[in-house]
Amino acid sequence: MLDYVSLQNVSCGYSSGFHLKDISFAVPQGKITGIVGPNGSGKSTLFKGICGDLQLDSGIITLQGQNITHLSLKQKAVRMAIVSQFVDNCDMTVQEYVLLGRMPYRKHFQLFESEADIAISEKFMQLTNVSAFKDKTVHTLSGGEQQLVSIARALTQQPQLLLLDEPTAYLDISHQVQILNLIQKLSHDLQLTVLLIIHDLNLASEFCDNLVMMNNGTIHITGNPEEVLTYKNIEEVYKTEVLTQQNPISKKPAVFLVSNKYWKTQNSIV
Amino acid sequence: MSMKKKHLQWLITIIVLILLLGASILLSLSIGEIPIKLTDMLSILHSKTGMEYSVLANIRFPRILLAIAVGGTLSMTGAVLQGIYRNPLVEPYTLGISGGAALGVSICIVMQLHVLGGAYLLPLSGFIGALITIFVVYFLSMGKGTFSVNKMLLMGVMISFIASSAMMFLMSISKAEEVHSIIFWIMGSLDESNNSLINLMLYSSIAGFVITYLFAHQLNTLRLGEQKARHLGLNSGLTIRILFIVLSLLTGLCVSVAGIIGFVGLIIPHLIKQIAGSDYRILLPSSFLGGSIFIMLCDTVARTVISPNELPIGVITGIIGGFMFIVVLKIKKTS
Repeated sequence: MLDYVSLQNVSCGYSSGFHLKDISFAVPQGKITGIVGPNGSGKSTLFKGICGDLQLDSGIITLQGQNITHLSLKQKAVRMAIVSQFVDNCDMTVQEYVLLGRMPYRKHFQLFESEADIAISEKFMQLTNVSAFKDKTVHTLSGGEQQLVSIARALTQQPQLLLLDEPTAYLDISHQVQILNLIQKLSHDLQLTVLLIIHDLNLASEFCDNLVMMNNGTIHITGNPEEVLTYKNIEEVYKTEVLTQQNPISKKPAVFLVSNKYWKTQNSIV
Repeated sequence: MSMKKKHLQWLITIIVLILLLGASILLSLSIGEIPIKLTDMLSILHSKTGMEYSVLANIRFPRILLAIAVGGTLSMTGAVLQGIYRNPLVEPYTLGISGGAALGVSICIVMQLHVLGGAYLLPLSGFIGALITIFVVYFLSMGKGTFSVNKMLLMGVMISFIASSAMMFLMSISKAEEVHSIIFWIMGSLDESNNSLINLMLYSSIAGFVITYLFAHQLNTLRLGEQKARHLGLNSGLTIRILFIVLSLLTGLCVSVAGIIGFVGLIIPHLIKQIAGSDYRILLPSSFLGGSIFIMLCDTVARTVISPNELPIGVITGIIGGFMFIVVLKIKKTS
C-alpha cells in the first residue's frame, strides 16, 4: 500500500514552549487516519506542521514522495485541503464560500468563475447536502451545516489529501455520525486520503482505518484501532481507567467510561 | 441565485451608481452662491466666457474632480482594510496615516515654512508626514519574516496616538492663529486651488483603483483570514504588504490634499455592502463610486448652507453619514 503523506523525524513547535520531538509516521493513501491523544499532547501542533502553519525545526514531510517545503502554496493547495475546527465567521453566501475552493486553480486576470469551476462546486455542494442553502450566509447556518459547507469548500479544491481538525467538535451525535459517514464515503469513492484530529475514541475506533496516538509531543503508538485502543495504552496516555470491549456489530473496540464510585465497589469490572 | 443573475445584478448596481454620480455632478455644478440653471449650462460652457463660465470651469468642476478622487479613494481603501483586518471598525485613518500627515502639516505651520517657501509646502509636508508613518508602521509590524494583521493594526493605532499627542504638544506651544490654521487644515476641505495637485490626486486614485482591482479575488480569499487564505494557495503576506503600501500612499495623498475627511472610509463600504454584497469584485467599484457621490454631495452642502462662508466638509460627512448609517442599520434589523 502506498503512503500519501510520510513524516520522517519531524520536530517542530513554538519558540517558547511546546515542541514535538522526532515524529515519524505514514498516512496510507485512500485511508482514514485519526490522530488521538489528550489535550496538550501535540495533535494541533502536528497538524499545523503538516499544514505549513508552523515551520519544521528538523525532519521531512513528503506528499507522494515530494518534500513539502519544495512545493509552492498553490501546489500545496491543489494537493491538500484543510478543514479547520472553527468555520470562518464570514458574511459570504455558501456558494461564494465554496467557490473559494477554486482559488488555487484560478488564472491571473480571470475575473469570473469558469463554467467548469461552477460545475465542480455544485457537484460537491450536492455531495455534502448543502445545495439547498447555497444562497444563505455562512454565519447564519448551524454548526453542523457550517462544517458540511467547509468540507464542500475543501472538496472543491479537488485535493488528494483532506486534513480535518476535530470535524465533530461541538456537534450533536446525529451530525457527528453524518459528517464521519460522509468522510468515510468520500475517502472510499474519491480515493481520498484523510488525516483528522479526533477526540472521541469511540468515533475514532468506528470510522478510522488507522490511529496515531500522541502523548507529550511524541507518538505513543500507531496502528489499527484494535492495536491502539487498548486498556493499557489508554491508561498510560490519558491516565484514565476505562473499560474496553468490542462493538457487537462493527467488531471495533468500544471504550466505556466508568464513574469512580463503580470502580471502588466493583473492582471485578477490570 | 445563478451566477448569471448575480453578474446581471452587479451590472445594474454599477449602472445605477454611475447615473447617480452623473446626477450629483450636475447638482453640484448648478448649486452654489451663484445658482446656475441646468438648462443654461450647455450654452454657458459653449460660450467659454463670462463669470458663470469661470465659476463652472475654474471653481466647481475642479472641486468635483477632487471629490471623485478623494471620496472614491477613501471609501475603497476603507472597504479593503476592513476586509484585510476582518474588522468593521477599521478606516483608512486607523493605521496612523492621518496622524502622521497632520503632524507634518502642524510642523510646517508652526515653523512658518509655507510662508517662507510657498503654499505647496503644506500638502508636501503632510505627505512626508504620512510617508514616515507608513514606513514606521510597515517596518515595526512587517519588517521581519513573521507578520500578523493584528500586530499591524495595533502598531498603526499606537503610531496614531503618538502623532496626535505630538501634534497637541505643538499646538499647546504655538500662537492662537497657528492653532487656528492647524485646526482648519485638519477639518478638511476640497477647496484646492492648485490644479496640478488635483490632477495628481485624480490620476493616482484611478491607478490605485486599477491596482487594487487586480487583487479582487485575493481580497475575497483574505476575508477568511490570512492563514486560511494561505491554505488556498494565496501568498497572504505579500498581498497584504502590496495593498498596504499602495493604499497608504493614496490615503497620505488624500489627507495632504484635502485634510482629514472622516467617516467616508468607514460608512460608505458598510452601506455599499448592504446594497451590492461583499464580493470585492463588485464592492470595490461600487465603494469607489459611492464614496465619490457621498463626498460630492456633502461638499455641495458644506459650501452652500452658510454661503458665502463654508463649513468644514468633515462636519457634514460626520453628521449626514452618521445618521444615514444608523437609519440603514435600523431598517436592516427590522426587515
